[in-house]
Amino acid sequence: MIFWQLFYVFFTIGLFTFGGGYAMIPLIKSEVVSRGWLTEEGVIQFIAVSESTPGPFAINIATFIGTEQGGFLGAVVATLGVVLPSFIVILLVAALFSAMAKNRYVQGAMNGIRPVVVGLIGATGALLVLALVWTSFPSTQSGTFNRSGLVLLIDLATLFFGYKLIRKKSLHPIALIVISAALGILVYGL
Amino acid sequence: MKKSKTYLTLFWTFFKLGLFTFGGGYAMIPLIQAEIGERKKWMRTEEILDIVIIAESTPGPIAVNAATYVGYKVGGFFGALFATLGLVLPSLGIIFGISLFFDEFLQFSIVQSAFKGIEVAVAILILNAGLKLLKILKKDLYSIITLVLIFVLMIAMDVFAFDFSSIYLILIGAGFGLFLEALRKQPKKEEKQ
Repeated sequence: MIFWQLFYVFFTIGLFTFGGGYAMIPLIKSEVVSRGWLTEEGVIQFIAVSESTPGPFAINIATFIGTEQGGFLGAVVATLGVVLPSFIVILLVAALFSAMAKNRYVQGAMNGIRPVVVGLIGATGALLVLALVWTSFPSTQSGTFNRSGLVLLIDLATLFFGYKLIRKKSLHPIALIVISAALGILVYGL
Repeated sequence: MKKSKTYLTLFWTFFKLGLFTFGGGYAMIPLIQAEIGERKKWMRTEEILDIVIIAESTPGPIAVNAATYVGYKVGGFFGALFATLGLVLPSLGIIFGISLFFDEFLQFSIVQSAFKGIEVAVAILILNAGLKLLKILKKDLYSIITLVLIFVLMIAMDVFAFDFSSIYLILIGAGFGLFLEALRKQPKKEEKQ
């Protein structure tokens, strides 16, 4: 049953993602893509939507996929699923073991997880870049080199990291998204 | 102050945070400090700094963890419930509204072109998030080996279309972290790294 599945998948996501925000993307992506709920491209598009709307990414994508798969009730069930692990764990921590988060074994486990998360995010970013430049990546056959993709990548990366270097702060994600949308229309046409 | 009024204030405070914070959890901490710490004086600054440690060491979105924690500290179980509900409702409403016409919206060719550009921006944002985390990562032998291994493994799995949930990778990482911590001697007070 779809409602149970939505709840279960998003509960798992809520339970096993650490660090919030972008750190949750690799796991969310693999879970929803492997179930056919969203394509890889769909996930990328939704990241942009979520950056341009308020609220945490995990809740936004739970609501989005819940709605697509099961209407309003689906949205409620998926969102409940992603929130519930946090709610339960934090209540336990706050009520019973406020010292738990500072416990050396909890910190040890976190030290074990952190590099995994950085590796996952790095790979997600690198795979995206490869897919932008080589049209049929990861399939090795019959791909073509995407020149416009590479040009856009160089332009936007220069803008973003150049801004960061000169102004010592990041360009706002929404500004980058708006500029990239305009460049996309310029390069790929109306 | 009456309890019901506390719940309502918590709900309303986190509703506003859910409605106006773009970019997720960490962007929310200074706002919580201003509203809960300075204006309402419900929590002390040290307690608010604890939120970051606790939210990072527990699973789930930072913002949800922070809302539940602050809600509980201020108003017990129902405080946690109302704060979390307040945080989630704006997202639920806004994204539900967008979902209803998102697929139709994507049919326009101008939107498709725009999204081809946006995909590049998202790739850059993800790489930037990775770089930021890399910067604050403790660079010991375990971290460097694990990081490189996971990176190569993920790319290889994608190329060979091999499916293995990253949940297991995270669990294995936690296991190694526990194992290494158990190997380490009980830290003495004078020894710092």
